[in-house]
Amino acid sequence: MYTQGLNSIDKIAAPDGEQAERFQARIDADDRIEPNDWMPEQYRRTLVRQISQHAHSEIVGMLPEGNWITRAPSLRRKAALLAKVQDEGGHGLYLYAAAETLGVSREELIDQLLSGRAKYSSIFNYPTLTWADIGAIGWLVDGAAIMNQIPLCRCSYGPYARAMIRVCKEESFHQRQGYEIMLTLSRGTPEQKEMAQDALNRWWWPCLMMFGPPDGESQHSDTSMRWKIKRFSNDGLRQKFVDATVPQAHFLGLTIPDPTLHFDEAGGHWVYGEIDWDEFRRVLAGDGPCNRERLAVRRKAHEDGAWVREAALAYAAKRSAATRQKAA
Amino acid sequence: MTEKAIPLWEVFIRSRNGLAHRHVGSVHAADATMALQAARDVYTRRGEGLSVWVVPSSAITASDPAEKGMMFEPTGTKIYRHPTFYDVPEEVGHM
Repeated sequence: MYTQGLNSIDKIAAPDGEQAERFQARIDADDRIEPNDWMPEQYRRTLVRQISQHAHSEIVGMLPEGNWITRAPSLRRKAALLAKVQDEGGHGLYLYAAAETLGVSREELIDQLLSGRAKYSSIFNYPTLTWADIGAIGWLVDGAAIMNQIPLCRCSYGPYARAMIRVCKEESFHQRQGYEIMLTLSRGTPEQKEMAQDALNRWWWPCLMMFGPPDGESQHSDTSMRWKIKRFSNDGLRQKFVDATVPQAHFLGLTIPDPTLHFDEAGGHWVYGEIDWDEFRRVLAGDGPCNRERLAVRRKAHEDGAWVREAALAYAAKRSAATRQKAA
Repeated sequence: MTEKAIPLWEVFIRSRNGLAHRHVGSVHAADATMALQAARDVYTRRGEGLSVWVVPSSAITASDPAEKGMMFEPTGTKIYRHPTFYDVPEEVGHM
């Protein structure tokens, strides 16, 4: 999911010259770019930032859901949630590996996240207050993520596209398990249904923001589109998500928290209300409900794991020294 | 960053017997044992494989994409290496 970074491009000189033309011709011919191929510096940097933001989002995304693993209402739910959170860890690792093929080290990427220089999706800075939030995240957040990620399976950069194919295959279980939670709650007691509605109320708008700023404001989209890093506009994907999700909410018997939402017969789309972009910018800039907590937890995990990394390396060094001695 | 970098390994998985191991991605690990464990956790959560290889990335020697012309183009003109280059009369049947 989590590719709000697709909306910016590094501000360095646009490439020109014969090499750049050949590069563009390869992309136009739907050829894939592989790690050691020549590429414009701007393409490389844009991808490093986007893939690593995507990876960071997966890793930070483990936290809101991890919050409920020990309190899942049944063993079935607990096993599913555990598997989902584990998948997100895996997705983060596929993506870090893809970013590293562009010549940046894992350590540097982690450092960018922990020092607050790198961004991750705004959605993970919202809290998970009730069990229904786990349902809403699977259904809505992962639903939005899938909309965003499917086109990335055809991204021009080979390693990113391959990682996204794996991610997408695994992601569809996430959305279905979330919807199942929502369905169970909305067919349950009035209190349970109320809980599901409350979760939808809190997650709906932040989910629409996941697709990034409106097309008019994302000034660098053209270059990303030309390079086939991005294949659909933010607003286009957002509309697709709304059109797919509104009938699913109706099936649950829940109300989308948007009084202006209506179906446009002529256009064949659900028309949604004004998105609070100030909130989006605040959360992205670090001032969401959980920004500080999320980073603090990641930093603590990293620091607490330092001795493990150190011990593993020391053990490996000792073993290889012993092997060399034996051979001598 | 004062920490020492943890080595990178390339991961290859045989999805079922009869197929070759195929590159699926990479992991960081301090040694081969940990690399195997990490590869299992990261790349086989859904029964994707029966066998895993991990290879230190630094042990791989790769051809240079910039020299791919020199490496591969010469075979482009050697069409006589393909069966379709040879004419066999139809009455001979499938060969």
